[in-house]
Amino acid sequence: MSHPENATEFLKDQAKAKWHDETLWFVRDKRDRISKTIPEWEQLRDLASQIKDNVLVNLASYLEDFERNALQNGIKIHWAADAEEHNQHVLRILQEKNCKAIVKSKSILTEECHLNPYLEKEGIEVVDTDLGERIVQFLNQPPSHIVLPAIHLKKGEISDLFHEKLQTEKGNDDPYYLTQAARIHLREKFLGAKVAITGVNFGIAETGEFVVCTNEGNADMGVHLADVHIACMGIEKILPRRKDLGVFLRLLARSATGQPITNYNSHFRSPSPGKEIHIVLVDNGRTAQLAREKFKNSLKCIRCGACMNTCPIYRRSGGFSYGSTVPGPIGSILSPGLDMKKHSTLPFASTLCGSCSDVCPVKINIHEQLYEWRQEITKTHGEFGKGLSMKLANGIFKSPLAYKISGNLMRAALRALPDSMIYHPLNTWGKSRNLPETPTETFQQWYQKNRP
Amino acid sequence: MSSREKILAAIRGVSSESKSLPEIPDFRLSGDLEEVFRQSILGNKGEMLSKAEFKKWIPCMNFQKVISLSAHFRTTGNLTLPEDPHELEDLGLAILDGQFGVAENGAIWLEDTNLGLRALPFITEHLVIVLDRSKLVETMHQGYDLVGNAHSGFGLFIAGPSKTADIEQSLVIGAHGAKSLRVVLV
Amino acid sequence: MENFKPNVALFIPCYVDQFYPKVGIATLELLEKLGCKVSFPAGQTCCGQPLANAGYERDTIGTTRHFVAIFKNFDYVVAPSGSCVLHVKEHSPRVPSLEKEQKELHDKVFELTEFITDILKVERLEGRFQHRVGYHASCHGQRGLRLASSSELNQIPFNKARKLLGNLEGLDWVELDRTDECCGFGGTFAVTEEALSIRMGRDRLEDHLQHQVEIITGGDMSCIMHLEGIATREGQKIKFMHIAEILNQAIT
Repeated sequence: MSHPENATEFLKDQAKAKWHDETLWFVRDKRDRISKTIPEWEQLRDLASQIKDNVLVNLASYLEDFERNALQNGIKIHWAADAEEHNQHVLRILQEKNCKAIVKSKSILTEECHLNPYLEKEGIEVVDTDLGERIVQFLNQPPSHIVLPAIHLKKGEISDLFHEKLQTEKGNDDPYYLTQAARIHLREKFLGAKVAITGVNFGIAETGEFVVCTNEGNADMGVHLADVHIACMGIEKILPRRKDLGVFLRLLARSATGQPITNYNSHFRSPSPGKEIHIVLVDNGRTAQLAREKFKNSLKCIRCGACMNTCPIYRRSGGFSYGSTVPGPIGSILSPGLDMKKHSTLPFASTLCGSCSDVCPVKINIHEQLYEWRQEITKTHGEFGKGLSMKLANGIFKSPLAYKISGNLMRAALRALPDSMIYHPLNTWGKSRNLPETPTETFQQWYQKNRP
Repeated sequence: MSSREKILAAIRGVSSESKSLPEIPDFRLSGDLEEVFRQSILGNKGEMLSKAEFKKWIPCMNFQKVISLSAHFRTTGNLTLPEDPHELEDLGLAILDGQFGVAENGAIWLEDTNLGLRALPFITEHLVIVLDRSKLVETMHQGYDLVGNAHSGFGLFIAGPSKTADIEQSLVIGAHGAKSLRVVLV
Repeated sequence: MENFKPNVALFIPCYVDQFYPKVGIATLELLEKLGCKVSFPAGQTCCGQPLANAGYERDTIGTTRHFVAIFKNFDYVVAPSGSCVLHVKEHSPRVPSLEKEQKELHDKVFELTEFITDILKVERLEGRFQHRVGYHASCHGQRGLRLASSSELNQIPFNKARKLLGNLEGLDWVELDRTDECCGFGGTFAVTEEALSIRMGRDRLEDHLQHQVEIITGGDMSCIMHLEGIATREGQKIKFMHIAEILNQAIT
C-alpha cells in the first residue's frame, strides 16, 4: 500500500487520529520548551552537526580506532556487511553459548535487520524489554515510532492485551497498574536470560566504549544479569571523543521527549570479570548512503524521533503508514536508499514544510533531501512503470485546478502521458474543497487595460 | 575480502573534503548550583534528602535487605555484596556514593568502584545516592571534564528512578529498575 | 526614503494571475504608495515550482531561462508569495551559461513583506484596519525564507508580517495555539495526499475559529486558497485576505 492509501485509512478513525496528533504535539511542545531553557541550544546543534560531519569524513579511521580500543578493553568485535550477516553473527554467539532465550532492549538496528523473526525461526525466544516494544511484540507489530514504540495504541487496547497475555484484571487500564504487571512479567525474563542484546546510542573512537541510554533501565537490567552482552551498532554511531558526549547527551533526550537527560546513561568499556561483551558493527546500506553526496548526511541521525513528533504528516498518518522500519521524515530519506521502489511514495508524503529540519538536533536538512529524493525517484518513471511517478502525475493532472495552475509549463510533461490520465473525470481537489471563484479577468488582462 | 575490509574500503572509496572537529566551548549555567541540581532531580522524579531526613526515612521503610557501599553510611546496610547479582532479586535498598552531579539535568556519575556489581542500582527496589555537595558541576561539559580519561570498565549517569511513558504518554515511575531515587547531599 | 525610488518588477505567481488578480493589484498599488517605481514585465508564466516539487526540476530549465530573461534587468523583483520566491532562489535549476545572471537575480528577488521591511526599511505603517486577524505563516516563507522566527528554533522571536500589521490602528492580532504549523496545501501534495491535506487544513482552520478570528491573512495565496476552499465548502463565515490586500486597504 502507498502512503496516501495508508494515511486515508488511518484518518478514518477521526477521534483516534486527533488524539495521535495531539499526543505527539504535546511531546514536541515539551521539546520546544526545554530547548528554550538552554541559551546555547542552537550552538549545540551546530556543534553536533559539525562533529558528525567530521565523523562521516573520517569514518574509516574512527572505526579502526574504535575497534582497536575496544579489542584492547576485552570486547569482541564482529563486522556485518548486511542484515543477514548481522543476524548470523548474533545467532552464532547464541549457539556457542547454548542460549535459547534472550532479552533485548530497544534497538532500531535489530528491527531494520529483522533479527527477531530470524532468531525465532531458530527456536530462540526473544523478549523485547522496553515496555512499548514488549507491547507491540505481543501484538506481532513493529514499533510505530522509534522512541515511543506503542504510541499508536490507546490504554484500553493495552489493557485488553495485557488481560490476555499477562492475566491482568479485565478493564483495568490504569497505566501504573499495567506497567507493574509488565515489570513482574519482565523481571522473570531478566533473571533467566544468559545473553542480552542492546542497541548503541554512541560509540567512542578514542576509548572504544559505547553508550546506551534508557529511561526504564531495561538495557542495564538485561546485560548486567546476563553472562554475555551483544551490542548491535550501525557504523555511523561513532563519535570521535568522549567529551563529544557532552554535546550529544545534552541534545538527545531534550529533542526526543523534552526531558533534560534519560535517567540511565551507561558507558560500557570492558566486560565485568568472567563476562563477555560483543559488538556487531553493521553496514547494511550505510556505506551506499555515504556515497550519495546529496543524502550522506542523513547518516548523522541520532534517532531522537523529534522529526516524527513535529511532522504534521506523521502525527496524522501514524508510523505504520510509512511501511518502513524508521518512519517519519528521517525514515523517508533513509528508506529510499535501501529500496527505492518499495519506498517510492515516502518522499512525497510531505509538504516540504521544513519543520523536521528545524527540530533536528544534528541539523540534517531533511526536507531538502525529501525534495532531492523526489528528483531521483521520478527519473525511474519508466523503470517502475505504473509506480509512484505515474500515480503522482495522475494526481496532478486529474485536478483541473492544479492543471490550470501549472499552465503552459505542464505541457512538456503532458506529452508523455496518455489522454485518459490527463482528462481523468475525477476532481481530487474538489472532493472536500471548493475552487476559488474565477474572476472576470486575470491580473495580466487588468494590467494591460489599466496600466497601458 | 572480509566484511571488515569491504566496509572500510567502501567508506574510503567516498571522496569528501576534510571537515575539522570543532572545539567545544565550556558552556556554563547561571543560578545557584545546588538549587538548580535539586530542581533537576525533582524534575526527573527523584527526591532530595538531607542527611538527617535520610536517617529518619530509613527506619520508616522497614527494609529487609539493604546494601550500603557508601563511605558515609557504612553501617546502614545489613547485607554484603554477593558474587552473583541474581541473589539481589529481593534487595530493598542500595546506598551508593556518586562521584559528582551535574546541575543542569541531575545526572550523577558512578563507576565500577562505586557500584560493586553493575546490576546493583537497577535490581534494587529503591536507590539512594550519596553525593558530596562540593562535587556539583554545572553542565555535562564540565561533567565529562571530570570523567576525563579515567578508565573504568563501566560508568554511568543516573538522573532519576526507572520510568516509562509508553502507555499513552502517562508517566509511570518504576518500570524495570529502581522504583525510587533519593539523593542525599553531604 | 525620498531619494530612493527603486525600479521594481512585479512577479505575479500564475495562480494569483489566474484566480486572485485583486492580490496582484493590491501588491502593485501598495508598492507604489511606498514610493517604488513598479512595472509588470509581460510574458510571465509559472515559475516551475509545481513541477519541481513533484520531482521534475530538470524539466523546468526552459521556464527558468525565461524567468531570468524577463526579470534580470530590474533593481528588484517582488512577489506576493513566499513559496514562489523560495522556488526561484533555491530550486530553479542552474542554467548553463546563465549562472552569473541567475546568481544576481536570486539576490534581488524578494517576497513582499521582506522587501518592505528589509529593503524599503519601513519601520511602521500608519493606517487603520479594525478587524480580528489570524495570520497563517506559509512554511516556505516562514522556514524557507525565514520571514518569521520558527517555533522550533531557540531564537529571538520576530515576524516581518506582524511588524507591518501590528501598528495598524484597530487591528487585533490573534495568537494561535500552533503558530506555524503547516496547512497541508503543499502543492501536488494537496491532491496526491488528499485525505491528509484536508485534515491538516481543517486543523489549521479550527485553531483560527477557536480564537474568533474574523479574517485569516498570510503571504501565500496557495495556502489561503486551500484553507478558503475548505472553509467555504463547510459553510464557515471566516474571511480570507492576502496581506497585501490588508495593507493596501489600511494605508489609503
